Amino acid sequence: MALQAIAFYLLAAVTLLSGLAVVSARNPVHSVLWLILSFFSAAGLFVLLGAEFLAMLLVVVYVGAVAVLFLFVVMMLDVDFAALRQGFHRYMPLGGLIAVGLAVEMVVVAGAVASRGAAKANELPDASGGAGLPNAEAIGRVLYTDYIYFFQAAGMVLLVAMIGAIVLTLRHKPGVRRQVIADQVARTPKTGMRVVTLKPGEGIDG
Amino acid sequence: MDASTSFWATPVGWTLITVGQILAVTIWILLSLAFLLLADRKIWAGVQMRKGPNMVGPFGLLQSFADFIKFVLKEIVIPSGADKPVFILAPLISFTLAFGAWAVIPLAPGWVVANLNVGVLYLFAISSLGVYGIIMGGWASNSKYPFLGSLRSAAQMVSYEVSIGFVIITVILLAGSMNLQTIVEKQAGGFWNWNFLGGGGLTHLPAALVMLPMTVVFFISALAETNRPPFDLPEAESELVAGYQVEYSSTPYLLFMIGEYANIVLMCAMITILFFGGWQAPFPTDFTASWAPTAASFFGFMWFFGKVIFFFCLFAMVKAIVPRYRYDQLMRLGWKVFLPMSLVAVMLVAAWRVFGPSAIA
Repeated sequence: MALQAIAFYLLAAVTLLSGLAVVSARNPVHSVLWLILSFFSAAGLFVLLGAEFLAMLLVVVYVGAVAVLFLFVVMMLDVDFAALRQGFHRYMPLGGLIAVGLAVEMVVVAGAVASRGAAKANELPDASGGAGLPNAEAIGRVLYTDYIYFFQAAGMVLLVAMIGAIVLTLRHKPGVRRQVIADQVARTPKTGMRVVTLKPGEGIDG
Repeated sequence: MDASTSFWATPVGWTLITVGQILAVTIWILLSLAFLLLADRKIWAGVQMRKGPNMVGPFGLLQSFADFIKFVLKEIVIPSGADKPVFILAPLISFTLAFGAWAVIPLAPGWVVANLNVGVLYLFAISSLGVYGIIMGGWASNSKYPFLGSLRSAAQMVSYEVSIGFVIITVILLAGSMNLQTIVEKQAGGFWNWNFLGGGGLTHLPAALVMLPMTVVFFISALAETNRPPFDLPEAESELVAGYQVEYSSTPYLLFMIGEYANIVLMCAMITILFFGGWQAPFPTDFTASWAPTAASFFGFMWFFGKVIFFFCLFAMVKAIVPRYRYDQLMRLGWKVFLPMSLVAVMLVAAWRVFGPSAIA
């Protein structure tokens, strides 16, 4: 138990500090790297909760794919740091207001959970009915039965987003020569070259 | 006896045991790597009818150790425009991740540091993190060629991860578990039960129609994922000097290289476990039931090790034989060939599991 507590406080501290570093780092690439660290320690917190499946998904999806693309984009952008910092004082009050709002909401939620009995909250989300299923299986059972419509709807939203992104970037340029691999593979010496006999003083007519 | 078992159950004893296991696995891999590196160069040389390294020790056996000493004793050069912390961090990340993944690899019956329920996902997660070492190294060098190399590499690794993920899903569906130990145990009883042939003897042979191509897809994707030839575009020396490693010297470079080779061996181990039965012998091994557990485990370990070395030799042969891909062809292969193929395979295997002979009730 003591070991778990130490691990929790360590991971939670790293998550919070790296979250702070994300917004305070001067270099946007460093910000993304801190963000990755914070994702990673959040995954560690999931493992402590016994939700190893969610932890692995967090690492695969967010750290392994999403953050790589972030990093990709941020590295390629030519960010003007001075321009970024200019509006800081103007937006500070609004940002602070949102932060305070979020903090209040969190306190209210935590209070509600605590008043219902924090100990019980641990036992509630057991979809396996106490059968001791691995949690990947437990999530699958809930996801594909009770929440199948939400699951499908989420899939449709992603599909629409994907098609939208393709439509936004699709350009039909006329006159672009494209490679057709099958045609290239199917070429034989007969179709690939033409033997001509040249007489002196004449060119190839084309 | 009683006192000692209770000591190993305490947190201190448990920590000691785990640290011991980690050390044993790490040292074993490092030692194997020294000779596999040499084997890689020897095979490459053999294909080109050269002798390869043959000066240090008999047949050049100690070449890797000489290289190691040379790398460590050289000066570490950090470019003045480099982002120092990230520059140093990059090789460390690549090295640590490459070894961290070995924690869940079942080397033999019961021989595994961490027997995770989501072992396959853990492996996938860790190998998808490998790209950070490269991309950070390339960016922190603050130089053109490393940066271009790292961008290429990031795009390449992200592309091939997708097909690797889908191939892994077919194996998970077939085995019905994400625990690597369970996946291996399901393939017991002979090579006809291994996953590349459908994972269940004659009755499951139709599944081999899907699983055999998936094995090939996985092998090729593994080549691309580890930046091996013919997909070594991140370090294509004719275009990018040496890609993301240009500015690295001495120990940081060594860490990158060991990490890369540890990843290659890891991929070989993954192929072995997912498709070729892990530590299972290719024939029924009922006779080991009467053996001492340690002897039986060692018997399994030898099979595992042998298979991994076999696939490493395949990797080395590919390096020597196949010419390098062009970048657009690499992307085409990943997104237009492997991705649709593996997606269809996932559907077919899922249908096989529902309607096939091993249907889940």
